Amino acid sequence: MTERFVVAIDQGTTSTRCIVFDRHGQLVSLAQQEHKQHFPRPGWVEHDAGEIWRNVERLAPLALQRAGITTGQVSAVGIANQRETTVLWDRRTGVPVGRAVVWQDTRTDGLVNTLAHAPGAAEVQERSGLPLATYFSGPRLNWILDHTPGLRDRAERGEVLFGTMETWLIWNLTGGLHVTDVTNASRTMLLDVRTLRWSPQACEFFGVPMAMLPEVRPSVAVFGRARSAFPGVRIGAALGDQQAALFGQTCFTPGEAKCTYGTGSFLLLHTGPELIRSTHGLLTTVAYQLAGEPAQYALEGSIAITGSLVQWFRDQLELISSAPEIETLARTVADNGGCYIVPAFSGLYAPHWRSEARGVIVGLTSYITKGHLARAVLEATAWQTREVVDAMNANSGLTLTTLKVDGGMTADNLLMQSVADVLDVPVVRPLASETVSLGAAYAAGLAVGYWSDLEDLRRNWHRAAQWMPAMEPAVRDREYGNWRRAVERTFDWITPA
Amino acid sequence: MQSIERAAAILRMLAGGTGRLGLGEIAASLDLAKGTTHGILRTLRHVGFVEQDRVSGRYQLGAAVLHLGDSHLDVNELRSRSINWADPLAARSGEAVRIGTVRQGRALVVHHVFRPDDTFQTLDTGTLLPLHATALGKVLLAYRAAEPPAELEAFTRRTVVSRRELATALDRVRTAGWGTEIEELTLGEAAIAAPIRGYGGLVVGAIGISGPVERLCDTRYRPHPRLVGHVRDAARAVSADLGAARH
Ligand SMILES: Nc1ncnc2c1ncn2[C@@H]1O[C@H](COP(=O)(O)OP(=O)(O)OP(=O)(O)O)[C@@H](O)[C@H]1O
Ligand SMILES: [Mg+2]
Repeated sequence: MTERFVVAIDQGTTSTRCIVFDRHGQLVSLAQQEHKQHFPRPGWVEHDAGEIWRNVERLAPLALQRAGITTGQVSAVGIANQRETTVLWDRRTGVPVGRAVVWQDTRTDGLVNTLAHAPGAAEVQERSGLPLATYFSGPRLNWILDHTPGLRDRAERGEVLFGTMETWLIWNLTGGLHVTDVTNASRTMLLDVRTLRWSPQACEFFGVPMAMLPEVRPSVAVFGRARSAFPGVRIGAALGDQQAALFGQTCFTPGEAKCTYGTGSFLLLHTGPELIRSTHGLLTTVAYQLAGEPAQYALEGSIAITGSLVQWFRDQLELISSAPEIETLARTVADNGGCYIVPAFSGLYAPHWRSEARGVIVGLTSYITKGHLARAVLEATAWQTREVVDAMNANSGLTLTTLKVDGGMTADNLLMQSVADVLDVPVVRPLASETVSLGAAYAAGLAVGYWSDLEDLRRNWHRAAQWMPAMEPAVRDREYGNWRRAVERTFDWITPA
Repeated sequence: MQSIERAAAILRMLAGGTGRLGLGEIAASLDLAKGTTHGILRTLRHVGFVEQDRVSGRYQLGAAVLHLGDSHLDVNELRSRSINWADPLAARSGEAVRIGTVRQGRALVVHHVFRPDDTFQTLDTGTLLPLHATALGKVLLAYRAAEPPAELEAFTRRTVVSRRELATALDRVRTAGWGTEIEELTLGEAAIAAPIRGYGGLVVGAIGISGPVERLCDTRYRPHPRLVGHVRDAARAVSADLGAARH
C-alpha cells in the first residue's frame, strides 16, 4: 500500500507555507513564499489577496514534489490562517475589492473610539467576547464599507462577499464555496460567541449587511473538495492560526495552554465547553469545534509585536542582517544595561488594550550599545509574555506550572531562557516547531479518519527541549518593575484629533 | 571559468573604487553587457560578497568579503534554519540530535533536540566537544572545516590518538559521506553524523544522532543503515535549505 499524508496550508501574516506531514505528525516537506506587505500610510497594513491565492497555487505542487508524492496520496488538506485580516471580493468575478486590510492595521482607531460611545457598544462586546479594538474585522469592515462608494449597496444585494483569509482560500480552492469556521468567525466581533451564529445586533452596530457574511461551520469537518491546488482532495479543517497551534500542541484538556512566538505572540488557554468571560484584559475566543460536538473555548492573551520587533531591528534599523543574529548580538553583552524597548507599534494589546499607546525606548545613556538594544528587543517579548501569563493566572484561578511554546522564535535560546527566567516556570518546546501547520493537519486528518481520535494525536507529542528558570527573584522583581514603568510611558501618546 | 574572472574583476573594482558604483558604470568599465554584469552581481550579492544600496540601487563590497577568514554562517542562524529538519530526525531515529560547528578548535553544539522519550534531559547547546573523538567533529575535520588539534587526547580505550589512524578515519568519512563515533568519547555511547553544506557546497556544520551503542549499532559495531539513512536525509534537507543544492 502506498503511504498517505496530510497537507497543511499555513497562510500567515508574512508568508504562506504548504507543509506535508506523515502519520507521526512529522514534517516531510515544506514550501514557503513571502508576500508583499503594503504600508500605504503610517499605521496602515495591506495584503494583496490575489497574490496570496496565487502563492497557494504555486506552493501546493511544490510541496508535493519535494515530498515525492502525488495528490492521490493526500488524505486531506487543512487550513490555518492569519486571523482578523479582512478580504472583500466580487461574488461573480471572484476579484478582490481593494487590498485585504491586515489585523495590524490601525486605520480604525478613530472609528473605534467613536463606536465605543455609541449605543449598544457594551452589548456587542459582551456578545462577541472581545473588546472594541482596531484588531478585529468588524470595525475594519465598517470602515471599508464607509470608504468605498456604492459598496454597501452591492453588499446588501449579495454581490460583494466578506471573508477572512480561510474563507477566501476555501472559495478559491473549491470554486465558490462561501464558508468560515467558528474560530475565525469568533474574531470578527460579529459572531455571538455563545450561540456561534452571526449576531444581527452586531451587524447592525457595525453597519454590515448580513448578505455578505459566509456560512459558519465547525473547524474540524469536511468543508468540501478542492478543485484547484489539490484537485480532488477533501478540505478537512480550517482554523485561525493560533487556535491551530493550540490543536497542534494537543491542548485538548481544559487547563492546557501554549504560547506561539511568530510575528506576534499568542497565549491560549483551553477552558473547555464553558465560556469564560475575561476580567483581566484577555479575549474569550473559540478554541475549536469538532463536527457534531459542542465548541471548545479558550482565553487568549494576544501580543501584537514580538517577532516583528526583531524584523524591525533588521529591516528598519539594519543592525543585523537576519533575525537569528539578534541572539548573537544580544550575547555580546551580559545584560540590558538599563535599557527597555516597549514595542507598542499598533498600540498595546493584552492585557492593556491601549490603542493610543506608541512604542518607546527608555533608559538610554551613552553606555548603551547595539548589543544592549538587542537584549532589550528579546526581553520585550519575555516581559510581554509575563504580563499575559499574570492576567491568565488571575483570570482563570489556575497557576501555570510550565509553558508550552512553539513558533519561529523558539529557535532563539537566549529568548527561551529569558522567558523561563521571567515567568519562573520551565519552558517546553515540542518536537515540532511548525505547530500552526501541524494543528491544521491534525484537524483535517481527524475529520477524514486519517487519525482516529484526539488520543491518537496526543501520542505524537514529545518534549524536544526545556529551559529551566535561573534568575534571582530579586533581579526578576526589579526588572519587572522597570518594565512596568516603561510600559506606562507608552500610554496616551496619540491624542484624539 | 570566464564568469569567475569577471566576478574577480568586479570585486577588484568595488574594492579599489571610492564609494558605490552603479550597474552601468561597472558594465562600461569592464566592457561587459549589462545583462551579464547584472547576473554576476546578483550571484555575488547572494553569497554576501556584494551589497546593493536599497535607495540608489548602487553596489559596494559586502561584509562577507571582509570576513572571508571567519566562520561565515552565524551559529544562531544555523540553528534557526535546521530546526525543522532536526525534529523529524529525532522522531524517526528515536535518538537525541545535535548540530555542531567549529569554534576554538572544537565542535560547538549549536542545537540539541532531546531523545523523544519524554525523560528528563538537559539542553547542552553551547557545549564544546573534542573534534577527533566525536562523529560531529570527525565530519567537520574530514571536510576541512577545521584543523585537527595538535594533541589527540584519549577519552576511552577506543579514542583515535594516532595522527595516521585519524587521517585514515577521515578518509573513510569522505568516501562514505558520513562518520561515526563508537565509544570514542564515552563508554557505551555511539553517534552517527553527516555534513551540512552551505552555498557552493562548503561544509558549514554537521548534524548527527547519539545514543547507546546497542541501539545505534549491530552486534559487530556497525551502525544500522536505516539510522545512517535518516541522518544523511536530514543533513541533505538542511543543506538544501541553506542553498547548497542551488550551486
Ligand atoms: N532566532 C530568532 N530570534 C529571534 N527572532 C526570530 C528568530 N528566528 C525568527 N525570528 C522571528 O520570528 C518570526 C518568524 O516566526 P514564524 O515563522 O513562526 O512566524 P510566522 O508564522 O512567519 O509569522 P506569520 O504567521 O505571522 O507570518 C519573525 O518575526 C522573525 O523575526
Ligand atoms: Mg504563522
